[in-house]
Amino acid sequence: MTNDILVFAEQRNDKLHPAALQIVTPAKELAAKTGGKVVACLIGGTLNAAVEAIDKTGVGAIVTVSAPALANYSTLRYRTALAAVIGKVQPRVVLLPATFMGRDLGPRVAAKVGAALATDVTSLSINAEGSLDIIRPVYNGKASCHVGFPKDRPAIASVRPNTFPAATGGGGAARETLAYTPAAGDDRIDVKEVAKAGGEVKDVTEADIIVSGGRALKSEENFKIVFELAKELDAAVGASRAACDAGYQPHSRQVGLTGKTVTPRLYIACGISGAIQHLAGMRGSKVIVAINSDKEAPIFKLADYGIVGDLFKVLPAMTAEVRRLKG
Amino acid sequence: MKVLVIVRQVPDSTTNIKIQAGGQDIERAGVKMVVNPFDEFAIEQAVQLKEKRKDVASVTALIVGPATAGEALRTALAVGADDGIHLQDEAFDRLDELQTAALVAGVVKDGGYDLILIGKQEIDLDSGQLGPALAELLDIPHVGTTVKLEIAADGKSFVARRRIEGAEEVVQVPLPALITADKGLCEMRYPSLPNLMKAKKKPVKVLKAADVAGFAAATANLGGVKMHAFQPPPERPPGKMIPGDPEPAAKELVRLLREEAKVV
Ligand SMILES: Cc1cc2nc3c(=O)[nH]c(=O)nc-3n(C[C@H](O)[C@H](O)[C@H](O)COP(=O)(O)OP(=O)(O)OC[C@H]3O[C@@H](n4cnc5c(N)ncnc54)[C@H](O)[C@@H]3O)c2cc1C
Repeated sequence: MTNDILVFAEQRNDKLHPAALQIVTPAKELAAKTGGKVVACLIGGTLNAAVEAIDKTGVGAIVTVSAPALANYSTLRYRTALAAVIGKVQPRVVLLPATFMGRDLGPRVAAKVGAALATDVTSLSINAEGSLDIIRPVYNGKASCHVGFPKDRPAIASVRPNTFPAATGGGGAARETLAYTPAAGDDRIDVKEVAKAGGEVKDVTEADIIVSGGRALKSEENFKIVFELAKELDAAVGASRAACDAGYQPHSRQVGLTGKTVTPRLYIACGISGAIQHLAGMRGSKVIVAINSDKEAPIFKLADYGIVGDLFKVLPAMTAEVRRLKG
Repeated sequence: MKVLVIVRQVPDSTTNIKIQAGGQDIERAGVKMVVNPFDEFAIEQAVQLKEKRKDVASVTALIVGPATAGEALRTALAVGADDGIHLQDEAFDRLDELQTAALVAGVVKDGGYDLILIGKQEIDLDSGQLGPALAELLDIPHVGTTVKLEIAADGKSFVARRRIEGAEEVVQVPLPALITADKGLCEMRYPSLPNLMKAKKKPVKVLKAADVAGFAAATANLGGVKMHAFQPPPERPPGKMIPGDPEPAAKELVRLLREEAKVV
């Protein structure tokens, strides 16, 4: 093992995932402690813009694995490619973003290369023995714990998006390419179709701002006022389980324990009571706003800003104000 | 076709989590334990396959955990699984998730399972390692965060719809394979009291460390993370309530979000 920190820089169609830039930030801090360098790894079809973008974050080296078979994400092929990069770089620590891709890939790669793994981490350090030690939320955010890694094998961690700022500064990193050598059976997963969910609206896991509606919206039709504010803020639309179960919104928008976990910069909860299972999915948001007619609603305990009032009046007034300020 | 469904027992989502003095773990006493909600979707899917298809020979439910985890296994049997495997040994409590995957792989690798179903993650540790890691160790493909599953008429492959960021992906995969279940796949039926009684008579094989060939070797070469220093979540400072009529309050909120919080 070297002292290097390998970063899996997730990209689709030669465009980096924002979280890829973010995880370089803790990677640099770890490398400063281990005395190694940060090595970025990109896996995909054609890789140009994504490589240039990661070079601007100040990584020490860039390894690319590019092949037509890697143009779209495929668990087995990407596993083979990332395991090959780990074999070549021999990093002490590997960081992935805790996105759908990173969460899918991390355990497979860890099992393949005989590493140890922690997922969805929010803080990373190197302890006195020189091993990785991280913090991650557990029990739906009702607690957090440290996770210590063994010394004698690579440590892999997937890092929660929007936890660290995007890294900047640098350029001219050493570049290296590695060929993709398919493993037997890598082609077993055949992607037939990728259907954009929810039409033109952003997905909650991709958005910096989320406007969420609950049972109080009362109908799919009424969600229009949520979409209008979301549009002005360039936000995604989320929903509580009660709103999804009632058919007001598809389950792909559900936020919470059995829905999606989100960590946006701003989360606006409208007519959502704040049940513990809803909080499980959004308590990691930076700023939380609650709009609810019941001043006792539990959501207010978590909110940074609150309005006790009728969302059918407050939301349109917010939309109008944001629109006015944009001129 | 043989189907395996992996079940985990977790604290009920409404449980108040208290941390032990010293922070080495959470308080376990008095915590209500339930079947992991994502595993419920997997159980129901397995049982529905058996009900709808003549070529499904059996559905086996497997759990790793102490004697009390047998209750979760019984729920799976009451819902319709045919038999159970309970991996129960103090040595198993010390395994991390990757090592648990190695343990389970050692137990099921020669079982002839064509389809393995498991929830996409556990709601206690939220880590989601077991499914994909198990698939890797068995050298079979997995499809994560699955919301729809259709097995081909010949029982040799399936088409699955899975949730990814902002999109849904449709994939075709040959069996044997592993599926991790997401919300939307199906909702578990309520296990009726008579079925819970009948479930007590269904066969459950209890395996100890000594019964699992190569247990020590399989779990020695990967994983090994250790949780410590549990803490309550950081306190959020008290929020600001904005008084007044809807219109001025809305205006003031937008101003605060721009000028104070600087998020819009
Ligand atoms: C295993 C399990 C998993 C679960 N997973 C999830 C999950 O992933 N996500 C999730 O959201 N829930 C989940 N739940 C359900 C959760 O317990 C709640 O039932 C749900 O979150 C309630 O949704 P709600 O807040 O929209 O509805 P309610 O609790 O009915 O709240 C509606 C709120 O709207 C307010 N209101 C009414 N009219 C107005 C108005 N005109 N203006 C402003 N406010 C108004 C009311 O005061 C109330 O607070 C789960 C439950 C279980 C048991």
